Amino acid sequence: MTKFKRFWMYVFLILAAAVSIFPFLWILVSSTNLSKDVSNGRLLPGAQLIQNFQHLTEQINLGQALWNSGRIAVITTVLALLVASLAGYGFEIYRSRAKDIVFNILLLSMMIPFASLMVPLYRMFAQFSGTLPFIGVDTVASVILPTFTTAFLIFFFRQSTKMFPRELLEAGRIDGLSELGLFFRVYLPTMKTTYAAGAIITFMSSWNNYLWPLVVLQSPEKRTIPLLISNLGSSYSPDYGMIMVAIVISTLPTALVFFLMQKHFVAGMTGSVK
Amino acid sequence: MRSESAVRRRSNGALTGWMFVIVAVVLICAFYFYPMIQALLLSFKTGTGAHIHFNGVDNYKRLFTDKVFITALKNTCIFLVIQVPIMILLSIFISVLLNDSKLKFKGFFRTAIFLPSVTSLVAYSVVFKYMFGTDGLVNLALTKMHLISAPIQWITDPFWAKITIIIAITWRWTGYNMIFYLSGLQNIDSSIYEAARIDGASAFRQFRSITIPLLKPIILFTSITSTIGTLQLFDEVMNITKGGPGNATMSISQYIYNLSFKYTPDFGYAATVSYTIVILIVLLSIIQFKVAGDRK
Repeated sequence: MTKFKRFWMYVFLILAAAVSIFPFLWILVSSTNLSKDVSNGRLLPGAQLIQNFQHLTEQINLGQALWNSGRIAVITTVLALLVASLAGYGFEIYRSRAKDIVFNILLLSMMIPFASLMVPLYRMFAQFSGTLPFIGVDTVASVILPTFTTAFLIFFFRQSTKMFPRELLEAGRIDGLSELGLFFRVYLPTMKTTYAAGAIITFMSSWNNYLWPLVVLQSPEKRTIPLLISNLGSSYSPDYGMIMVAIVISTLPTALVFFLMQKHFVAGMTGSVK
Repeated sequence: MRSESAVRRRSNGALTGWMFVIVAVVLICAFYFYPMIQALLLSFKTGTGAHIHFNGVDNYKRLFTDKVFITALKNTCIFLVIQVPIMILLSIFISVLLNDSKLKFKGFFRTAIFLPSVTSLVAYSVVFKYMFGTDGLVNLALTKMHLISAPIQWITDPFWAKITIIIAITWRWTGYNMIFYLSGLQNIDSSIYEAARIDGASAFRQFRSITIPLLKPIILFTSITSTIGTLQLFDEVMNITKGGPGNATMSISQYIYNLSFKYTPDFGYAATVSYTIVILIVLLSIIQFKVAGDRK
C-alpha cells in the first residue's frame, strides 16, 4: 500500500472513531455543566456534577428505578442462561431428527417482530391480572416472562456446545453421574466463557429494553431506567445537565460490564455467525 | 434381552434429551407462537375492551385507505432502502481497513467504533435529539465552520427529520455489524490475497472478487438482521422525533403502539397492522436469500 493511501486510511479511521466516541464525551462533559452552558455548546468540564445529581434525585426516585431495572435484568439473565443453555445442550448432545425440526421451528421465532406480539401479550397478561397472583399487568413477572427465552440464545449455546469435548460426559457417566448431574457438574463449569458472553448479551438487552416495559409497567414507582430517561427527555424545557447525569448513570452498568468482559463479548457475538 | 435393553437405553436417552429442551420449547410456544396466532385471530376483529367482535376482512380493507398507515409504511421503507445499504457498506469498508495487518492502534479503533452498540437505544436517542436540535451542537458546529448560514431544522423539517433518524441508526449499528465482518475476514486465508497480488489484481479487484464473495454468508446475515431491526424501529422515532413532524418519521411499530395504547385502543386493527411487518420480514428475507443464492 502506498504512503498516500495509508494516510487516508488513518484519516478515515480517526474520523470514524471520533464520530463514535464524541457523543460519549459530550454526555460526560455535559453532566458537569449547567443546562444553559450545555445548550450554548460548552465542551469543557464544569463543576455542576453534584448539583445536577441532586436535581435528578429531587425529580425522580433514582434508587427505586435502579433497583427496578437491576432486579429485572438480573432475574432475566439468570433464567435466560439456565433455560437456553439446557436447551442448547439438549439439542446438540441428544441430537435427533425430530429435535432438529423442533430447533428450526424455534429459530423462526427470531423473525417475529416484537411489535406484532405486543398486543396479544398485553391482553394475555391483562387476563392473568384478575386470576393469577404476581403475573398480571404491571408486575415484574410480566416484564420478565415473555422476554427471557430467546431462540438466539439457544442457538448461541448450541453452537458453542459443538466444541464441547464429549469424552468428559463419558467419564462422568462412568463416575455414576446422572444426565442432569452431568449438565450441572461437568458441562456448566467447562463452559464458563460461553455463559459469561451470554450473560453480557442478555443483561444488556434486558437493562436497555424499552417498548415492552413501556407497555406493561404502569405505576410510576415500577418504572425502569429507560422509561425514566425517555420521560425526562420529553419535558418541555429540559434541564440538560441533569438529564446527562441520568444518562451517564443508566449507561454505567452496561459500559462497565462491556469493558470488563470485552473479549468474551466480541467472541460471543462472532461465535454466533460461524 | 440385549437388544431390548439397548432399545430401552436409546429411548431413555431420547427422553432425557427432550427433558432438556422442553422448558424452552414451551416458553417460546407460549410467548411467541401462541401470541402470533392470537394476533391473527385478533386481526379479524374490532372494538375495545370487552366489546371485541368479529368483522371479517374490514381491518385489512382499512389498511389500504389509512393514510397514516401508508405514511408509516413508506417511512419504514425509506429508512430500510437508504440506511441498511449505507450501513452495511460502511461496516464492510471499516472492517477491511481494520483487518490490515500493519495497521497501528487496531484495538483502539475497534473498541471506539464498536462503543455505540453498548448504549441503550433510549439514552442515545435522547442525546441525538439534543445534538440535532435547532440550537443544538451539530448546527452550532456547522455554523461556526461556515458550512451553513441558517440552522438546519433537523427535527422539525420532514426531510431532515428522516435524515436525522438515518444518521442516528447508522451511528448506533455500524460498529455492531463491523464485528461480524471482522470475524469473517479473520477466517479468510491470507494466501488467497497473496496469490491475487502476484497475479496483479488491484486492491479494488481483490475486494470485489475475493472479499465480497467470501463474506457473502455474513452479508446475508447482517442484512437480514438489519432489515428486521429497521422494520421494528421504535425507540429512536419515539424519543427523537415522536414520529413527527406531522407523521414524517412515524414507523410501523410506533403506529401499532399508538393504535393500541395512545389513541382509543383498537387492538384488532393494531394486530392487522402488525401482520404487515411479519409479511414484510418474510418477503424481504426470501428475496435476500434468493439474491445471495443466485450469485453463487
